Amino acid sequence: MRELVVISGKGGTGKTSITAAFAHLAEGKVLCDLDVDAPDLHLITQPSIQRSGPFISGHVAKIIPEKCTDCGKCVELCAYEAIRKTAQGPVVDASACEGCNVCVALCPETAIDFNDRICGTWYESESRMGPMVHALLDPGQENSGKLVTLLKAKARETASRLGLELILSDGAPGIGCPVISSLSQASLVLLVTEPTPSGLHDLERVADLCRHFRIRSTVLINKADLSPEYSDVIRAFCREREISVIGSLPHDPAVVEAMVRGQAVTEGSETTVGSEIRRIWNQLQILLSTSSISGASL
Amino acid sequence: MIVAVASGKGGTGKTTVSASLAAVWKRPVLAVDLDVEEPNLHLFLRPNSVAGEPVHLAVPVLDEQQCSRCGICSSFCQFKAISLMGRHLILFPEMCHGCGGCIHVCPEGALGIGQRELGLIEYGSTDDGIPCLSGRLRVGEAMSPPLMAKVRQQMRRIATQEHRDAVIDAPPGVSCPAMSAVQDADVIVLVTEPTPFGLHDLRLAFQAFRVLGKPMGVVINRAGLGDDRVQAFCMENSIPVLMEIPFSRTIAAHYARGGVLSRMDDDYRKSFEALASRLESMAQSEVSHA
Repeated sequence: MRELVVISGKGGTGKTSITAAFAHLAEGKVLCDLDVDAPDLHLITQPSIQRSGPFISGHVAKIIPEKCTDCGKCVELCAYEAIRKTAQGPVVDASACEGCNVCVALCPETAIDFNDRICGTWYESESRMGPMVHALLDPGQENSGKLVTLLKAKARETASRLGLELILSDGAPGIGCPVISSLSQASLVLLVTEPTPSGLHDLERVADLCRHFRIRSTVLINKADLSPEYSDVIRAFCREREISVIGSLPHDPAVVEAMVRGQAVTEGSETTVGSEIRRIWNQLQILLSTSSISGASL
Repeated sequence: MIVAVASGKGGTGKTTVSASLAAVWKRPVLAVDLDVEEPNLHLFLRPNSVAGEPVHLAVPVLDEQQCSRCGICSSFCQFKAISLMGRHLILFPEMCHGCGGCIHVCPEGALGIGQRELGLIEYGSTDDGIPCLSGRLRVGEAMSPPLMAKVRQQMRRIATQEHRDAVIDAPPGVSCPAMSAVQDADVIVLVTEPTPFGLHDLRLAFQAFRVLGKPMGVVINRAGLGDDRVQAFCMENSIPVLMEIPFSRTIAAHYARGGVLSRMDDDYRKSFEALASRLESMAQSEVSHA
C-alpha cells in the first residue's frame, strides 16, 4: 500500500483542486481529507456518509460550584491561564484548557470534574470518486493531529479491506501538529507551491519538515505563469535542495470554473491545465511505484 | 484598537489585506503576524534589523539520583511524555505540553524544570517606522498555541505602552490557533474568495467567530473569478462586504514581487484608507454599545 500526501505550507496554492483531479484520474484508491480544520475536498467528490462518529480526544476540566471553596489554587496552578476568577468562583475556559489534569488532581476539595472532550466528527463515506474518509473539527478545538492519525488509520483499514493499493490524502496548510501527523507513513509527499515570496518561504519550511522526518517529496509549481521570474527562483531553490520539480501548471480560469460546477478540472472537456495534470499524475505514479512500500513511521 | 485579519480557507489574501492596512494606518500601528507556522507578513512589510528571541516551554528534567521509579509522574501525564519502562524512567520532551503536573506530583522532588525551544519572537521596524512583531515556530515543533500566547502578550504590552493600534495577520482555519489569534481583536476582517471552497470555509469561520460577539466584515479577494454565492451568503447573514479586490494579473505580479497592494497605486491606497476608517467606526460603534 502506498500513500501520497498533498501539502503546501502556504494555504490557497491549489492543493485541493489538484488532489480532486488526481482523485478523478486515479483508480483503486481511498481518498482522505486531512484538512480537518477547513475541509473542502468533499465539495468535489460529493461523499454520501456511510458511518460517522464523535472524535473524542483528551479531557476538559469543569469546576463543580457546589464543592468549590474559591481557594484560588486551580487559578494559580493552571499553566494555560485557562481558569478565570469571577464573582461566582473560578470558571474554566474550555478553549484554553489543555486537559492536563493538574487542577483536577491538586484541587484540595476535589471540586473539579475531568470530562471527555468531544472535538469533532469523523466520517467514512462512499463518494463518486471512491471510498473516502474525512472529518470536521468543532470550531475552536485543538487541532491536535490525533484526528489526522485516526483518519489515516481508517483509510488504511478501508484500503486493506477493499484490496486497494493507494491512499490519496489532501493535507492541511502549515507545518504544525496536524501536518506532522499527516506525514506519518507517507510514501511520497507532493508539495504544491506558487510563484510568490510567501509560496517560496512556506515551501522552504515544509521541505525542511519533510527532510526532518526523512520523507520523499517532489514539488509542483501552480499558477507558474503569474510570475515566470519567481517560478525560476523556486526552481533554483529546488535544485539547490535537491528536490525534484514534477511539473508546473498555468493559472487557468478553468480550475475555478470546474470548482463552481462541483467538478475536478480533469472532468468534462479537455483543457490545457487538465492535460498537464494528467501528465503530472502519470509521473507521480512512477514515483509512487518506486517509493518504499510504506514510509517512515513517526 | 486591534484588527484581526482572518479566514477559514488559506491563501485567500489575509497577508495582502494585513500588510495593506498596516501601510495606510493613520495612527501609530503595530503589525503582528500570528500565523506562526507560516509567517509571511514580513516578506511584504520588510522590517529591518529583526531581532529574534527564543521562546521556551517548561518541560521536566530528571534527577536520576532522586528518582525512586514509583511511576506516579508517568501515570499522571496526560500526554504520554513520561514512560516507566522496567526500572527506567524515560522522558519524551517533544510530547510535553508544559503543564508542570509531573513536577507537582513527584513525591521525591526528582523532576526539575528544563526547556524546549518552541520558536522565535521576532521584532523589527520598517523603513517608514511601522514596528513588526511575529512568531516563528521551529520546524518540527508541533505546538503553536504557547508560542502564539507569548506573541499576543508582547503585542498587548507594546500596544498599551506605546499607545498603538494593532493589525493582526491570523492563521487560516477555525481551530484553536485561529480562535486564539482573534481573541484580542475589536473587529475581525474575514478575507475570502468567490469560489465554492472560499464560501464553504467562510461559512465555517463565520460560525466559529460569531460566538465571540465581535463586529465582522468580509473582504472578497479575486472578485470576478467563480460565482456570486459569497455575496449572497453575506447578504443573508447581514455581514457587510467591506471591499472587493478584483482578480488581476497586475495585482498577482505586484504580489509576486513582494509588493504591498495599498502602495501599488493611488486607487488602492484610497480604498485601503477607506477600509481602515470603516473598521475604526465598526470597532467604535461596538465600544459605545458595550
